[in-house]
Amino acid sequence: MKVLVAVKRVVDYNVKVRVKSDQTGVDLANVKMAMNPFCEIAVEEAVRLKEKGAADEIVVVSMGPKAAQEQIRTALALGADRGILIETDEELESLAVAKLLAKVVDEEQPGLVILGKQSIDSDANQTGQMLGALTGMPQGTFASEVNLGEGTVDVTREIDGGLQTVSLNMPAIVTTDLRLNEPRYASLPNIMKAKRKPLDTKTPADYGVEVAPRLKTLKVEAPAERQGGVKVASVDELVEKLKNEAKVV
Amino acid sequence: MSILVIAEHDNAALKGATLNTVAAASQIGGEIHVLVAGENCGAAAEAAAQVAGVSKVLLADNAAYAHQLAENIAPLVAELAANYGHVLAPATTNGKNFMPRVAAQLDVAQLSDIIAVESADTFKRPIYAGNAIATVQSGDSVKVITVRATGFDPAAASGGSATIEAVGSAHDAGISRFVKEELAKSDRPELTAARVVISGGRGMGNGENFALLEKVADKLGAAVGASRAAVDAGFVPNDMQVGQTGKIVAPELYIAVGISGAIQHLAGMKDSKYIVAINKDEEAPIFSVADYGLVADLFDAVPELEQKL
Repeated sequence: MKVLVAVKRVVDYNVKVRVKSDQTGVDLANVKMAMNPFCEIAVEEAVRLKEKGAADEIVVVSMGPKAAQEQIRTALALGADRGILIETDEELESLAVAKLLAKVVDEEQPGLVILGKQSIDSDANQTGQMLGALTGMPQGTFASEVNLGEGTVDVTREIDGGLQTVSLNMPAIVTTDLRLNEPRYASLPNIMKAKRKPLDTKTPADYGVEVAPRLKTLKVEAPAERQGGVKVASVDELVEKLKNEAKVV
Repeated sequence: MSILVIAEHDNAALKGATLNTVAAASQIGGEIHVLVAGENCGAAAEAAAQVAGVSKVLLADNAAYAHQLAENIAPLVAELAANYGHVLAPATTNGKNFMPRVAAQLDVAQLSDIIAVESADTFKRPIYAGNAIATVQSGDSVKVITVRATGFDPAAASGGSATIEAVGSAHDAGISRFVKEELAKSDRPELTAARVVISGGRGMGNGENFALLEKVADKLGAAVGASRAAVDAGFVPNDMQVGQTGKIVAPELYIAVGISGAIQHLAGMKDSKYIVAINKDEEAPIFSVADYGLVADLFDAVPELEQKL
């Protein structure tokens, strides 16, 4: 079985982002970029399936600027076999990504597509589900456990209030939640080897997909700052403030 | 154009987030219809008909919708959406699961997790874990939207008198199957709806120590939450997690105990009205957002707090 994994280049999760003063967006100049943490979990899950003998090839795909090939190389160093970069400088919305992924799915015919549940920049949480609609494949979103059966895959999902298990006919889509696994680090020899693994570069036009944004961002603002509060010296003072000042207890 | 709100329910009762979503719909303006899709969900439909501002309830009662599988719900919603200008669902795990599937079927973009309605086509939503707020305009014919419950005060659960209309169409894609559900049991208020939340972090040390928080919670009628660190350490189940990857809460009072205040956690609670931090590390970032900070050992301070409340 072939596994297709989608990865996204995003601002590193440790970076405290700043909104640009002209309110056109977030300042990403000279900011450290990395693979989206949920995508790392997706790559790890695919590699584990391969190690168990359940998958024979892992194809990793990313979309975005030329620099996104760094994230594909990272995935190759972690154990993916080959990469596809769909290069564009246009900012891609989830729907455009899902349409491009649907074309790649059509070409590659994977048994399983694994994505992160959301990217930590747009926080949209849409792409995997949209790919499901476009390909007609079932979806196991927010997965904390994935078990392959005969032509089916059982996915345990993190839902409000607990866990839910669904059984999906394959080919299927899985989106990863944080507890699915703990991603490994790439070793130096593997990083060197990854440089020789194949990486195809394509453009959205190669797939005949229109990627112009549907939504218009009018402005991006910093959230309202919280007023710095006070330190209290004792529990008594805290209770007194909560009762008389805040009036919340 | 009318607005379709997809109800969140457990077949017997409406979930609170539905009321906040109706409130968001009423800010857009237009007739509000609510879809209740499930199995033996007549009671939930009755409840939806009572909600103030709702003029019609569509009831799709079919075994295919029993467990809200996205593969079956999405085609139903997409089919109904043709008659509406907006389709809204709460940004719960359930809403997040099926709505993008609806949007892609309609070939429109989705607006996730809106926190404010500017006009019928313009909305505010947080990005970068709440570190920026984007104002976004949609030109799509149908606006597919998920609503962050804490961004809107709930609509009144009574006072409405909507008509209930059955929807016949059954979509069973037959590609997915419900196996089982394991729900955490709790007598306390639901985390996202609680007026007071008390949360513990890695500083709690272990799961047993959460009993300290539960005692305070019982006095305050509060829900008990946790940071991702506490969940990852196995202290408590993940449905208690507050944060970017867990639940987003905005109670009147949020008490953070033994929580350092990582960005990921702050994204889930920084809209609380009052924040109290109890931490022995006076440099902890949580103190920069806390209205009242107490630098103390939680194992002394929490029992004392419980006594004095």
